[in-house]
Amino acid sequence: MKIYVNNKEHEVAEHIHVDALAAQLELPGQGVALAVNNKMIPRTEWNATEIPAEAHVVIIKAACGG
Amino acid sequence: MEKLIIAGREFDSRLFLGTGKFNSNELMEQAILASGTEMVTVAMKRIELDNKEDDMLKHIRHPHIQLLPNTSGVRDAEEAVFAAQMAREAFGTNWLKLEIHPDPRYLLPDSVETLKATEKLVKMGFVVLPYCQADPVLCRQLEEAGAATVMPLAAPIGTNKGLQTKDFIRIIIEQAGVPVVVDAGIGAPSHAAEAMEMGASACLVNTAIAVAGNPVEMATAFKEAVIAGRRAYEAGLGSVGNTLEASASSPLTAFLNN
Repeated sequence: MKIYVNNKEHEVAEHIHVDALAAQLELPGQGVALAVNNKMIPRTEWNATEIPAEAHVVIIKAACGG
Repeated sequence: MEKLIIAGREFDSRLFLGTGKFNSNELMEQAILASGTEMVTVAMKRIELDNKEDDMLKHIRHPHIQLLPNTSGVRDAEEAVFAAQMAREAFGTNWLKLEIHPDPRYLLPDSVETLKATEKLVKMGFVVLPYCQADPVLCRQLEEAGAATVMPLAAPIGTNKGLQTKDFIRIIIEQAGVPVVVDAGIGAPSHAAEAMEMGASACLVNTAIAVAGNPVEMATAFKEAVIAGRRAYEAGLGSVGNTLEASASSPLTAFLNN
């Protein structure tokens, strides 16, 4: 199925969970946060959260700023 | 020097540093360490999956440093709440520099949305340090909403223009029951020293250090200025005379004629 990760199209397996997506994208073990359709998903819930088709996933990390 | 206390945490340093605009992460880290700061801001951006660049966090994570994630890029209270939740998750801290500036030209904070977001975020358990207009009425409202500090601007972000809002900051300091952190526009150590002499609790500096010819030396200069200003405030400045006439500090006995 198709989802969007930071606005880019990605093909992923049906019923994929957030933890599987994170592994597929090789996300680091800390310093990132992830939201599905504008809802932040705590890392502790990644394995229990299924990503719906056409979902917009946002993943952020630290950046320099004042 | 008195310690600065924010939300129960003690700080020896009264200089907060922003991490934008440095030429490299290494230079940023050196400036942070030279400044003696214990509070450093960090912004957020979307990760680029095909670009494994240097992780800036490792340059600012030191045991004595409190990370202060900011909400730069949000346009209203709703987006700020979302950004705050993302920041808490990513950086493992509930401290937050709340900044809501919808207009990219002047980057001036939106007072209505800032107050609204402060009310919500405090209820959600965040330690909220709002960047705000130098508006004494607003600052009282932010304090009543539970803000841990107020952070009025000296001048627009990155302008280095110094204490353009001086009289209003004086009123804010006089009224505040929470620490007053002068944020934005401080362009020289003398500006920071003056803010501290006026009784500000701390200064947040970024551009003036990051774009200096030698950022590490400038970080040290700001460290010294903030300490000097605070010491002067605690020592109690002498009053300023209302007249142009001098007041002798040496005895005027004419010893040469004796």
